[in-house]
Amino acid sequence: MEALLFERDTVLAAFWMTVRLTAVSALGSLVLGTLLTAMRVAPLASLRGAAGVYVSVARNTPLTLVLLFTGLGVGANLGVELSDDIATNNFWLAVIGLTAYTSAFVCEALRSGLNTVPVGQAEAARSLGLGFVKTLRLITLPQAFRAVVAPLGSILIALTKNTTIALVVGVSEASVRMREMIETYGDQVIEIFLGFAAGFVLLCLPMGLVFGWLSRRMAVAR
Amino acid sequence: MTQADLIVLDQVNKRYGDHHVLRDVNLRVRRGEVVVIIGPSGAGKSTLCRAINRLETIDSGTISVDGTPLPAEGRALARLRAEVGMVFQSFNLFAHKTVLDNVVLGQVHVLKRPKGAAVAKARELLDRVGIGAQAEKYPAQLSGGQQQRVAIARALAMEPKVILFDEPTSALDPEMVNEVLEVMTGLARDGMTMVVVTHEMGFARRAADRVVFMADGEIVEQDSPDGFFGAPSTERAQSFLAKILTH
Repeated sequence: MEALLFERDTVLAAFWMTVRLTAVSALGSLVLGTLLTAMRVAPLASLRGAAGVYVSVARNTPLTLVLLFTGLGVGANLGVELSDDIATNNFWLAVIGLTAYTSAFVCEALRSGLNTVPVGQAEAARSLGLGFVKTLRLITLPQAFRAVVAPLGSILIALTKNTTIALVVGVSEASVRMREMIETYGDQVIEIFLGFAAGFVLLCLPMGLVFGWLSRRMAVAR
Repeated sequence: MTQADLIVLDQVNKRYGDHHVLRDVNLRVRRGEVVVIIGPSGAGKSTLCRAINRLETIDSGTISVDGTPLPAEGRALARLRAEVGMVFQSFNLFAHKTVLDNVVLGQVHVLKRPKGAAVAKARELLDRVGIGAQAEKYPAQLSGGQQQRVAIARALAMEPKVILFDEPTSALDPEMVNEVLEVMTGLARDGMTMVVVTHEMGFARRAADRVVFMADGEIVEQDSPDGFFGAPSTERAQSFLAKILTH
């Protein structure tokens, strides 16, 4: 226990990095996932096809590969620099990788949400003179979101835990700090494991509760 | 066509696979006219009604609204739909919006009316259909009859040239049918152009300028309500009326 107490500032800093990675990637995934969903139901076959291929590839590739690709491929090989500061640069590379991966899951959840919206809702919107984008934005997507709040919560929890893989692009989040500490304090391995596990549970448990509550609160009565 | 014709269907055909739902349908609806379409189930009445704002596509023939042939998908079609109101059998009120927002939405996002004016107009229309007190509720909190009256207000808010009613009372409990028919009768009296698919023969008699009888995808006969109900000329219409009017 002494190790965790003694190092609590660095542990908290590492978890703060986990939180930031999660928050920024979640926001990115929500935006990209929504865009992909819109593409998948678009009247243009090419848009539907492109989004379908993207989701299939991103969803079926291991996250480690995706992050290695953004780190080594996009970052090192293609030389994309997002910041002069190497830590900031790695942070954003990790965000890109996590967003690219998670948005595919967001898209699938939203698409299943769209399927729960009765077809009459879109017909009523179209018969008022709303076009494709406005029908989606004002009528069908808001109802789809409300239908999939709980699954989106699961995706957020998965994302939180997936941020631990950002270590492959050199982001010092919680799991990296844990590894370092295990090397330094070899006599307290179990305590350190349990401490970090508790940290993740503390992060994720409220998410599940909040999303469960939200999903009941936001459900559309029909 | 003459200036007075608002909707013109010319040789309209539609098939679902082997099933010929609309056969060479010709129909003209004059400005201010109330046309009631009746006929047995599966006659193609709803398909015909939905084809007029292209919720159903047709295989051949032309449909024009106010002199303009129905455009293909896109902005032009959206513009035309804004001028053609639609009231559905299952109401289709936007479930995540309040009653008031349901009536405001199209005005603001399609007609680009300022929010204040749109709200004022919505409240006036909700009062007119007798739902003014329920404006802040959600559709699921209303009875079917109330929901359908809101749907009529939503269509009216767009100031359409014509309103299509696709079996507006078929999903309602019997005691709620009249409140909806009363609103519709009022609209007819005020000169709204209406195409109404319904099984309500009383409404057809009372409010229609013309009754169109369809069977097997065809318009079999059309006449004034008195003419049609009094002396139907075809055997098909006679047998249909005999079946529904004996009770």
